[in-house]
Amino acid sequence: MPSDPGRTEATGLGRGFPADRAALVVYLMAGYPDRATSLESLRAAARSGADVIELGVPYGNPLADGPVIAEAAAVAREAGFGLAESIDLAAEFIAGAGAGAPPVALMTYLNPLMRMGPPRAAAAMREAGIAGVIVPDMPPEAARPWLAAASGIDTVFLVAPTSTPGRLATVGAAASGFVYCVSTTGVTGERSELPAELDALVRKVRARTTLPVAVGFGISEPAQASAVARIADGVVVGSAVVRRQEDPDAVGEFVGWLAAAVRSART
Amino acid sequence: MSDVFLPSAEMAYSSPDAQGFFGPYGGTFVPETVVPALAELDEAFQTALADPGFVAEFGSLLQDYVGRPSPLYRADRLAAKVGLGRVYLKREDLNHTGAHKINNTIGQCLLARRMGKHRVIAETGAGQHGVATATAAALMGMECSIFMGTEDIRRQSLNVYKMRLLGAEVVPVAEGTGTLADAVTAALRHWVERVGDTFYVLGSAVGPHPYPMIVREFQKVIGEETLVQLQGREERLPDAVIACIGGGSNAIGMFYPFLRDVPADKRPLLIGAEAAGLGIETDKHGAALTKGVPGVLHGFYSYLLQDDAGNPLEAYSISAGLDYPGVGPEHSYLKDEGLVRYEAVTDTEALAAFALLTQTEGIIPAIESSHALALLPRLAPELGPDAVVVVNVSGRGDKDMDIVREAGLGAE
Repeated sequence: MPSDPGRTEATGLGRGFPADRAALVVYLMAGYPDRATSLESLRAAARSGADVIELGVPYGNPLADGPVIAEAAAVAREAGFGLAESIDLAAEFIAGAGAGAPPVALMTYLNPLMRMGPPRAAAAMREAGIAGVIVPDMPPEAARPWLAAASGIDTVFLVAPTSTPGRLATVGAAASGFVYCVSTTGVTGERSELPAELDALVRKVRARTTLPVAVGFGISEPAQASAVARIADGVVVGSAVVRRQEDPDAVGEFVGWLAAAVRSART
Repeated sequence: MSDVFLPSAEMAYSSPDAQGFFGPYGGTFVPETVVPALAELDEAFQTALADPGFVAEFGSLLQDYVGRPSPLYRADRLAAKVGLGRVYLKREDLNHTGAHKINNTIGQCLLARRMGKHRVIAETGAGQHGVATATAAALMGMECSIFMGTEDIRRQSLNVYKMRLLGAEVVPVAEGTGTLADAVTAALRHWVERVGDTFYVLGSAVGPHPYPMIVREFQKVIGEETLVQLQGREERLPDAVIACIGGGSNAIGMFYPFLRDVPADKRPLLIGAEAAGLGIETDKHGAALTKGVPGVLHGFYSYLLQDDAGNPLEAYSISAGLDYPGVGPEHSYLKDEGLVRYEAVTDTEALAAFALLTQTEGIIPAIESSHALALLPRLAPELGPDAVVVVNVSGRGDKDMDIVREAGLGAE
């Protein structure tokens, strides 16, 4: 696999993507089941081999999420967790993790960002040391207000199996950090099989961006992570981790299995 | 024929722009998976409108199947009772399936067929849009699934039964409060998954671009007919035109021709009635325009009932068609521009108007439409005893019998 020197940066999300293997991107829900436990899970994931942390912001209308993440968000929201609290949690994790820790991307829906105001939200994220954002309901065309405020923060955009070549180019050009390739149409959640066309999709996306391409949605166990690690620059695992978030030890153990699978995929 | 009824030479009103923005409102805030489908829909819609065959088939179905034009009825006993000169009722309640919703579902299902999609889905609140979609799907031989909140299924069991009779699958949505907003979310999620073979028949003037524009196009017949029907009956344009607002499709269908074709200095006062529920000073209402803050929900930017963290709030109304925390983006624009005035009407006021129309004119309106009727007595002192007012009776009240009975109307 050719490695692209423009792809890894000293700062930002790019530093989570090693040149010689795929990165493991671990999604955790902020504040689930409570703040202290989610902080423990973040630390366990980092210790166990996550290369990038994707921290989900609890939101009341999670349009792109399946039941596991939607229900975790509802629990966290019940305890008053939102964007401000998620940034605060990330700040504490990042401050305690030190250099060499995985960079953190916030995954938030657009309205919490709009409500806080992009300049204020971006300033708080920079202050916290957050490296990037993923906003599933913000395609590049809708991103101008956020991008105007987002200097120093990577903005990851998503591509999908339905994306036309023109849109792959648009997204590839607009994104920073990495490109998030949705494996299948539908919402987040564990699936027993990944689509056969995934390889071709990743190739198409790769051809239109210099950024790392990470694949997510539906990856639920180490064998699938390993398969995806052979074709993509990053493997995102969400629901299968969130399902274990009540027990940080279980998160650590599971992330360890995923990390081993990803690391051995190309050997 | 008086020339005040003719379109003005200058285009008075032409929103949205090519990206689907009405001023700052609207747009396309959706997962990438459906972005290409929305672009495809926009293109198919524009091509269809330019095709005389499509326009003729739509017009012919509206006439022979829906029963258009719907009458514009002069309700003299009602006018006398509320202290206005003349009150005209646009009788969308007399349409096939009992509401304005059928105009849009016929249009969108024709569009779906043209795009080669044989499966349609829809959300529904009161069940009127669900019944209208199931009806159009039956007419065109399409597979149909309707997403409906469990609370609305309880409130509107008759419509659930009708949809099933028509051959549609009714998918219960238990998330959230089990009402309209949850049904929209579930339908959007399903569409993201099945976007390849499925057409989403969105029922109100909401959602990502191009939906608000499409729904307006298929509903504008309401206002266009009203303008024609007033000719020869009134010397001048009405003083006010009133419609109720949930997402805002019947209202934009009524208002749009007045905005587009009538010069500003001759334009009637356009008034939207949204749901004040138990009162806008409580947290039990659906008054997004009166009490909301702009934000993004269901793919578009508009006034929205939301908390400080940006989560959508639960809306409440006695009417299952008006309890939506957002509102169509064009209405947000019209509010900011001062082109339409929006007022909030409580459950109690709507019930009183329901009783009033039923007893003075023998017309049983939908509880949604009763919100528009409730503005008549409120406006009478402002407009004066000679004023001419049009109210859009967007639907009939058969579906609301249980609700009004529970509220104590008609009790011995």
